[in-house]
Amino acid sequence: MKTKRNHLETLVHGIFLILGLVTVACVLLITAYLVVSGIPAIRKIGLVDFLFGSTWASTAAQPQYGILPFLLTSVCGTAGAIVLGVPVGFLTAVYLAKMAPQSVREIMGQAVSMLAGIPSVVYGLVGMMVLVPGIRKLFHVPDGASLLAAIVVLAIMILPSIIKMSVTALEAVPGEYEDASLALGATPEETWFRVSVPAAKSGIAAAVVLGVGRAIGEAMAVMMVAGNAANMPSLFQSVRFLTTAVASEMSYSSGLQRQALFSIALVLFLFIMLINAVLNFFLKGEKRP
Amino acid sequence: MKHVMNIIVCLALILSLAACAKTESAPVSADTKPAAAAETLTGTVATDGSTSMEKVIGALGEAFTQDNPGVTFTYNPTGSSAGIQAVQEGRCDIGLSSRALKDEEKAAGLTETVLAYDGIAVIVNPANRVEDLTLEQIAAVYTGQITNWSELGGEDARIVLIGREAGSGTRSGFEEIVEVKDKCQYRQELSSTGDVITTVAQNPGAIGYASLASVKDTVRSLKVGGVAPSEETVKDGTYAIQRPFVLATRTDAGLNDAAQAFFDYITSGKADAIIVAAGVVPAR
Repeated sequence: MKTKRNHLETLVHGIFLILGLVTVACVLLITAYLVVSGIPAIRKIGLVDFLFGSTWASTAAQPQYGILPFLLTSVCGTAGAIVLGVPVGFLTAVYLAKMAPQSVREIMGQAVSMLAGIPSVVYGLVGMMVLVPGIRKLFHVPDGASLLAAIVVLAIMILPSIIKMSVTALEAVPGEYEDASLALGATPEETWFRVSVPAAKSGIAAAVVLGVGRAIGEAMAVMMVAGNAANMPSLFQSVRFLTTAVASEMSYSSGLQRQALFSIALVLFLFIMLINAVLNFFLKGEKRP
Repeated sequence: MKHVMNIIVCLALILSLAACAKTESAPVSADTKPAAAAETLTGTVATDGSTSMEKVIGALGEAFTQDNPGVTFTYNPTGSSAGIQAVQEGRCDIGLSSRALKDEEKAAGLTETVLAYDGIAVIVNPANRVEDLTLEQIAAVYTGQITNWSELGGEDARIVLIGREAGSGTRSGFEEIVEVKDKCQYRQELSSTGDVITTVAQNPGAIGYASLASVKDTVRSLKVGGVAPSEETVKDGTYAIQRPFVLATRTDAGLNDAAQAFFDYITSGKADAIIVAAGVVPAR
């Protein structure tokens, strides 16, 4: 009887192990595939020309494969989305976690969850139909598809993850901290911003990292509002991100152009890992003694 | 008890899905079997050439091999000139070219059969007053020499150039015919015809291009040199922004059975619906 149970246990263990390994295998497979398919074009083009070339003309008679405009656009776009999205998300989180009455909190929480559930293509579509013409009329520019449109869409898209993670972090702050602060005569506002927020710092930092990750990896919504011309980043110019550079040309590409697209994917992959590592180091590392 | 009910409902759903799948797949096999039995065609059809013809030739090849499962269809996207060279050297059965054959190519023993015409419409917003442009004006617009609609008789508004992504057949066709290859100052590069049409429909200053078959009422096609784009003007050659999709075959040597059957099938008119669906105008 006992051995039978042991066998069952081993079997179950084995199954779980295999399921876990599937994830690891996927990561390894994707990494290996990206490296293998991304290296040849970089070799042919030359790393410096590829990373720091400012012209992308993949199908010209003399093709040029410089991805600096895409790199800078991705950095600017993500930074812009963070600058717009983090303050709004963070203050919303403080409001939801500390100030809001129960009923408001429930409704608003539901709304945030729904925002998280909207597919990115819908963000893109609404951006394309409402935001892009809106920017054109508001700022009197010839065309609204621009870095600004992409930043606004990305800022809205990262809001739910920032709000939800920050709320969780703020709610996890022990009530004693706040009670002590209030007992010492601090106002509620002072307590929230001087006690609760610093105590929840690492959770809020994680929320920002998550937001950066989502913003930099988003392709579909951005492709629909950014215009996709390979220009250097400028607020009202049409721009192309690293993600959209891969996605927009993939369908009809061939030869070196296709290989170069894989190289862009490899650069994007390394770029995201680098940014996450740096952010994790600076934002979360501080708290550790 | 609730669990049991759930399981039963789930099973019922799965079964009904399976049933659906079965009824859907049945007609296909019924279609293909008699055809295959009647001809039992085997062999390979090797095509080589124009990347712009990828969509139409791919769809035709797929339809043909579905009817004739014994036939292997290959398409090698190398470009029109490379495809013509390949058929000359006997490396493929049918060369695909998105330009008419030159006289010296015909003299070298090739026959051209026009499969279809690819007409590209130049589209603007319905609010735009400009009706008619010449090829030279279009070229000047796309290379950035003319930047305002007032220079073309329209309102005082910046021209917003909408194009397709690098590698698109519509883009390479347009740029070749208008002779603006690699010189276009695109404001937006969109990755589908639908996106181009939507964007042009929204922006009163926009100009774009799209394959004729997919142009909708939300945008207006410009006349080019006085000729409005339509199936007729593309066919009779008066509309300028168009190019033939040519099948190049050797004049002296016949095709193998499979390739001949494929050639007959795509030029017979039976495949016209597929050609239209691929966004071009059948030649017949």
